[in-house]
Amino acid sequence: MRDTVGTFPRWLLVPAATSALFIAVPLLAIVLRVDWSQFGALVTSPSSQAALWLSLRTASATTVLCVLLGVPLALVLARARFRGQSLLRSLVLLPMVLPPVVGGIALLYTFGRRGLLGESLEVLGLQIAFSTTAVVLAQTFVALPFLVLSLEGTLRTAGQRYERVAATLGATPTTVLRRVTLPLVLPGLVSGAILSFARALGEFGATITFAGSLQGTTRTLPLEIYLQRETDPDAAVALSLLLVVVAVVVILAVRGNDARQAL
Amino acid sequence: MRARLTAVAAMTLALAGCGTIDGGSDTADAEERTLTVYAAASLTQTFEELGEQFEAENDGVSVQLGFGGSSDLVAQLQAGAPADVLATADETTMTSAVDDRLVDGDPEPFATNVLQVLTPAGNPADVQGLSDLARPDVQVVLCAPVVPCGAAAQRLEEAAGIDVRPVSEEQSVTDVLGKVASGEADAGLVYVTDVLGAGDAVVGIDVPEADTAVNSYPIAALAGSDHPDLAAAFVAFVLGEQGRRVLAEAGFGPP
Repeated sequence: MRDTVGTFPRWLLVPAATSALFIAVPLLAIVLRVDWSQFGALVTSPSSQAALWLSLRTASATTVLCVLLGVPLALVLARARFRGQSLLRSLVLLPMVLPPVVGGIALLYTFGRRGLLGESLEVLGLQIAFSTTAVVLAQTFVALPFLVLSLEGTLRTAGQRYERVAATLGATPTTVLRRVTLPLVLPGLVSGAILSFARALGEFGATITFAGSLQGTTRTLPLEIYLQRETDPDAAVALSLLLVVVAVVVILAVRGNDARQAL
Repeated sequence: MRARLTAVAAMTLALAGCGTIDGGSDTADAEERTLTVYAAASLTQTFEELGEQFEAENDGVSVQLGFGGSSDLVAQLQAGAPADVLATADETTMTSAVDDRLVDGDPEPFATNVLQVLTPAGNPADVQGLSDLARPDVQVVLCAPVVPCGAAAQRLEEAAGIDVRPVSEEQSVTDVLGKVASGEADAGLVYVTDVLGAGDAVVGIDVPEADTAVNSYPIAALAGSDHPDLAAAFVAFVLGEQGRRVLAEAGFGPP
């Protein structure tokens, strides 16, 4: 691809460069601050390993949950027409704009021991507060909109032509969904799943409010960074870089996926 | 192009200028001075009261208070947060501030505090004392060991010869208080002053071994202060008779 400059005032390049630097410089600052001689030891310490492992496990579980919960919702939002649809869409997006700590408080008053559902759950012998389940719930709460939004967009772009043709050929709605719709929007679904995985991996506010912080059970990587920051800044920086790298990998994965989709 | 760049540069300088005015240089208006005090989360109520009294006694002075876990506060100061006075909940965190040359002069102890077992009102798990915290059916929340209240809890456990397995290790003592007061946890270990401050939502139980884990609270003026005289005056105020009285009313012991 050859570099081209289209029609826009050239002076825009200055604020544009400033905004690019605004994002790049802090990331560079982290890289420069890393104590490389200790890096290996810092990211492989038992508490770091426990946090990383917990983060990967919970974010994976969250992604599965997001797909299971998000696909039906995205389908209904994209294909159905009903009263209150735009209200429902706004509601689904709310966790994206809500401060995560508010999400944590909301979850606490729903699934907490004295919450809306907490007592019934406790009767069933299920205790969610302070458990890894709480972490997954907090992550799902904030990550679900990413999957729904991304998939709904793909569904709308894909249109319904093939679905209609399949239906006129006698396929049942479930067969159409399974054989036509889902294969068609698979790239969008994968992008959405990767995005919700990334959002889950970075979840902090809802987790610390709702799930607490205990090594190996609820202390995910962002919580570990927050704790280490106070006593061992070097470890906090090393772990931060780890999350930056994961984020970069996620972006590359989504872009690669989108590029394949565009072909 | 050049003229526009100059305009951008001028704007940047103007913005930077705002920053320094905000930082509180007292050349322009010596009347209005802001004293920033960083204090441990367990000092929230007492220092709010002391701040108001100090403002009332010193015309044109407004006291801005920042509360948090002591180690969190020190980390913020190490990162360059501007403050005039620091009061921590133990000597370890203050020492790390001293080691980083953040402190002006020697820190002085101004209060002591001991731990109490905390349960929600009604005590649903029927916790009678420290040893009950080791019961597997009791959900206990403690401070993380790096936070002063967590370090004190660890000393207390060792002294009592018990092993508490918390369901969560919180970042500050007020987080523990919140989790217990809301009934999410059955019990916690917090300072006796927090129990007094939380009122009817919680019940405090005295711990006979508490004397083995007494936290001494040090206070110091900070080296980076813009108002060293005012910072010193506030430290003296907390150490003085009035400070002593407010702290004692909240349940703090003498230093």
